[in-house]
Amino acid sequence: MAINTDKNSYTIIFATIMVVVVGSILAFLASALRPNIQENERFEKQQNILYAMGVNENDESSVSFIPTDKVEGEFNNYIKEQLVIEGDKVTNDDEAYLIDLKKQLAAKKKGESFKLPLFIGDKDGKKFYIIPMYGKGLWDAIWGFIALDETMTVQGVYFDHKGETPGLGANIKQRYFMDDFTGETILKGTKYAGIAVVKGNNDPLNNTKDDNEVDAMAGATITGNGVSAMIKESVNLYKGYLETIRVK
Amino acid sequence: MGLLSKKDTNLILDPLADNNPITIQVLGICSALAITAELKASIVMAVAVLFVLGLGNVVISLMRNIIPSKIRIIVQLIVVAALVIIVDQVLKAFAYELSKTLSVFVGLIITNCIIMGRFEAFALANGPWKSFLDGIGNSLGYGIILIIVGFFRELFGSGTLLGFPVLGDPIAKTGLYATGYENNGFMIIPPAALIVVGIIIWVQRSRNPALVEDN
Repeated sequence: MAINTDKNSYTIIFATIMVVVVGSILAFLASALRPNIQENERFEKQQNILYAMGVNENDESSVSFIPTDKVEGEFNNYIKEQLVIEGDKVTNDDEAYLIDLKKQLAAKKKGESFKLPLFIGDKDGKKFYIIPMYGKGLWDAIWGFIALDETMTVQGVYFDHKGETPGLGANIKQRYFMDDFTGETILKGTKYAGIAVVKGNNDPLNNTKDDNEVDAMAGATITGNGVSAMIKESVNLYKGYLETIRVK
Repeated sequence: MGLLSKKDTNLILDPLADNNPITIQVLGICSALAITAELKASIVMAVAVLFVLGLGNVVISLMRNIIPSKIRIIVQLIVVAALVIIVDQVLKAFAYELSKTLSVFVGLIITNCIIMGRFEAFALANGPWKSFLDGIGNSLGYGIILIIVGFFRELFGSGTLLGFPVLGDPIAKTGLYATGYENNGFMIIPPAALIVVGIIIWVQRSRNPALVEDN
């Protein structure tokens, strides 16, 4: 059987069938797997929030979350309040963690009203204020959570990324990078300066905790700058609320 | 003779050395530069390409007689993109942790020229079984170079292998670092991969003069 594959009509028919077939396979797959994927993403968010406040199963150098089968319970256990900040209005919402920060920031950019989630955790009687963050790395989005106490000292962070270079920018989710932030202050005087990722600050062990700086990763300058910008923007977004809880 | 005839064996073995996709065919260089800063990423990428190229070659080969030649590149692109997205979605639903590690590679695989290169050069003209072997062989050849480059870049650039410190601690100055050794920061930036690949090509050609083109 010989088909004349050079004919225009054949080409068009083939292209149409191909698009319909591949499109339906992908659409079917996406909707069939959607519930599973959404649940995984929900658990991941809970794991990340808990990680930032130090509830995790880390050993000396690993990044280990609370296992997915336990995370829901632990999340309800440790996270005492979930707030939604809308302008000056602060409300409680038990599903605040499902708010997509990316969409809210897009709404803010367009000048529409937007909601900011904030989580209050409690571990051994100590309060943690956990702020979600969202920003840009070198290739794609980066995001994370930062846990603060009443003095605006960082208690822990978690960073993640969509497509930073493995071995370089992707190292923002490594322990040696994230651990450096713990103990740093986000304040410079009374200004919300955030924490900058800088090259050559002559402090690779990060002994100075009040300089608003951590040591950068080699070969990942743009990702590091993205992290700096993300932290600064996020803490300034929450400035209004943070001022109300800050111990002066 | 068992499962593989002499010709079939060559389909797998040739790309490992004398017809290596990276060092001889010069395919897949971009991803070889991008992700070989550490050994683990190299291994993950090698396995992912093995899977996609093996399967993609079979699919393209099965369709080879009905693909209109005018739009064959687009068809190839759709096949590889669909395959990668299917795998990505299934992993996201059932092996979320693994999918997070792999998500960075998804874009790199779709645009990897080694895949389009083998579809175009081999699968469009050969049967499914041969195409499968060709896919496996070429991705192994690609993977070997990736792993060699990743090994040297991680060892000399970060002093670790698969994340484990093998040369001591560069900050506390233990192990080899106590003698004044320093990590070579150049090794972790992409141009270093080009130099390592260049050295591999040099070694390979000096061992096998038949590979050197006459001027």
